[in-house]
Amino acid sequence: MNINTTKVISLLFFIFSAFYLYTAYQIQVFAFDENAPFNARTFPIYLGYAGLFFSGLKLILPDPNTIKVQHKTLEYKKTVILIVIAIIYGATILKVGYFLTTSLFLFSSYYFLGERRWVLMFLLSFPFVAAFMYLLHGVLDIYLRDPFLQSIGVMG
Amino acid sequence: MIEGILIGLTTALTLQNILMVMLGCFFGTIIGMLPGLGPMTAIALMIPITYGFDPATGLILMAGVYYGAVFGGSTSSILLNAPGVPGTVATSFDGYPMAQQGKAGKALAIAAWSSFAGGTLSAIYLLFMAPSLSKVSLSFRSPDYFALMILGLTAIAAFSSKGQFLKAMMMVVLGLMLASVGQDSLSDITRFTFNNMNLTDGISFVLVVMATFAMSEALTIILKRNDPTSAAKQVSLTELGSIKINKEERTKMYKTIPRSSVIGFLIGVLPGAGATIASFLAYGMERNIVNDEEKEKFGKGSVNGLSAPETANNAACSGSFVPMLTLGIPGSGTTAVMLGALLGFGVQPGPRLYMTNPEIFWSIIMSMYIGMVILLILNLPLIPYIARILAVPKNYLIPLILFFSITGIYVMSFNNFDIYLMIGIAVVATFMRLYDFPMPPLILAFVLGGLMEENLRRSLLLSNGSWEFLWDRTLTACILLTTILIVVWHIYKTMFKKTKG
Repeated sequence: MNINTTKVISLLFFIFSAFYLYTAYQIQVFAFDENAPFNARTFPIYLGYAGLFFSGLKLILPDPNTIKVQHKTLEYKKTVILIVIAIIYGATILKVGYFLTTSLFLFSSYYFLGERRWVLMFLLSFPFVAAFMYLLHGVLDIYLRDPFLQSIGVMG
Repeated sequence: MIEGILIGLTTALTLQNILMVMLGCFFGTIIGMLPGLGPMTAIALMIPITYGFDPATGLILMAGVYYGAVFGGSTSSILLNAPGVPGTVATSFDGYPMAQQGKAGKALAIAAWSSFAGGTLSAIYLLFMAPSLSKVSLSFRSPDYFALMILGLTAIAAFSSKGQFLKAMMMVVLGLMLASVGQDSLSDITRFTFNNMNLTDGISFVLVVMATFAMSEALTIILKRNDPTSAAKQVSLTELGSIKINKEERTKMYKTIPRSSVIGFLIGVLPGAGATIASFLAYGMERNIVNDEEKEKFGKGSVNGLSAPETANNAACSGSFVPMLTLGIPGSGTTAVMLGALLGFGVQPGPRLYMTNPEIFWSIIMSMYIGMVILLILNLPLIPYIARILAVPKNYLIPLILFFSITGIYVMSFNNFDIYLMIGIAVVATFMRLYDFPMPPLILAFVLGGLMEENLRRSLLLSNGSWEFLWDRTLTACILLTTILIVVWHIYKTMFKKTKG
């Protein structure tokens, strides 16, 4: 059976809108605001109905511009690896610090994308991040906490 | 107005601001040349840097990036037949054939002069139109603003994606839903936070822009195995030819530029339209106006065919600033990003902007003109060299885009929750892009969400909860009628197309 993915996305959006609408009705408002012409839940409720309306229309109306994506030609492996590296980067940046995690993030991303020019990879990660960090920290005065650099005495 | 121009010049002509325009134009040209990476990505990547400056400087930098990106898009259209941004597709119709005839230098020069003239003329139109429109818009009330925002969102959904109106409307609703997360502005009641403290202040605008544009574009390039830099490697420095424009060509341009700048500017002012529609309309109009002999040359390297869309797309860029500066309602995705950045600076654009912050209002207008001059001086002789810089391998470009996106969020919040949220939104956006769900309507809706709720709140409170405010005033009713016509027309078109099929 040929499933139209756009319709599936529309169905997911319809379910999401229904959940949003349900949550909108659950928003606690002050007692004196309960019957006011407008309170904290009014706008979200309209949005929920609008979401149901447009996704519902997309579901029932014919789709003249069906998009067919050739999944076999898509590069899922590298994309997933990049996303995982970014998640690891996010998980470690606070504990390890900006310099080391960012440099490693860049270096590993170059590697997994197929780059093997080691010197260039190094230059565009560690010294590049150091220069960028100097720009942020030294020139633009944006404080960057870095436990790693603090532990080796580079940063105060 | 003279006083305003002087204020603008004083602000825009400081060494720092001139440097910002130059940097913006240069950086924008490079990003704009890369197919797939448009002005919105370029501006999004710049936002965290702009927060280190005052609002006028930050906005001047972003305006420079915007013009640079549009100009960069024209260059790749002419040299490679690979438009960097949709607004320069029409440029390739005659620019690329001209380049193939060994006249790439001439084509670039025509494009540069047309862009310059279009941008300059439209900056003059803006100079006169913006203050007058600001005065008119002072009479606008909450219901009119609410109706205008509905019209703006509907129009961007209608124009941003051909034949995908419902998808675009779904993205509008999603953008408004994302904007509703966090504390309600009036009662401070938290909404959709699910007891997560990180969501109490809502979702950051920069996060949404970075995730839906910069990051998801980088992921899409990897996923689709595109290489935006491969085309740049084909550019040969030796095959550009002369950049001189002869008298006959200049005469043709003198006629084309004024009319295309007017159409470009007017289309740019309309909410949701913008550079793409303006350039196609100007191209079509020019083709109908010229004589039969010249008409034959269209598509084969016509000077008029190249000059018209180039003039119009730059004029439209200036035009799109009109609704943002005067009404506080952006007319395009790019100006929506700029509006979000302005709100981040604590500046509220709208009819009172030119009274409360005249230095911002006028310096933006003046910096447009300065940007045009700099683009001409900087880019025309340097284009071939800039094109070579673009031959940076994809393996380096993608991680660097991700790096700038994540760093941009990190330095704003020092919080890893925002990084996870950004990755999550970027993954969803990448998937939706595969199925042609457009992102500009989402951004515009996200930026307007708070303002829209505020105006609806005021309107409903003033009318004691009655929806009569929608047709009480003629202006509100007219705006809403236009919106309804757009919606009905697009839904009808969707149904009619299938029936015909």
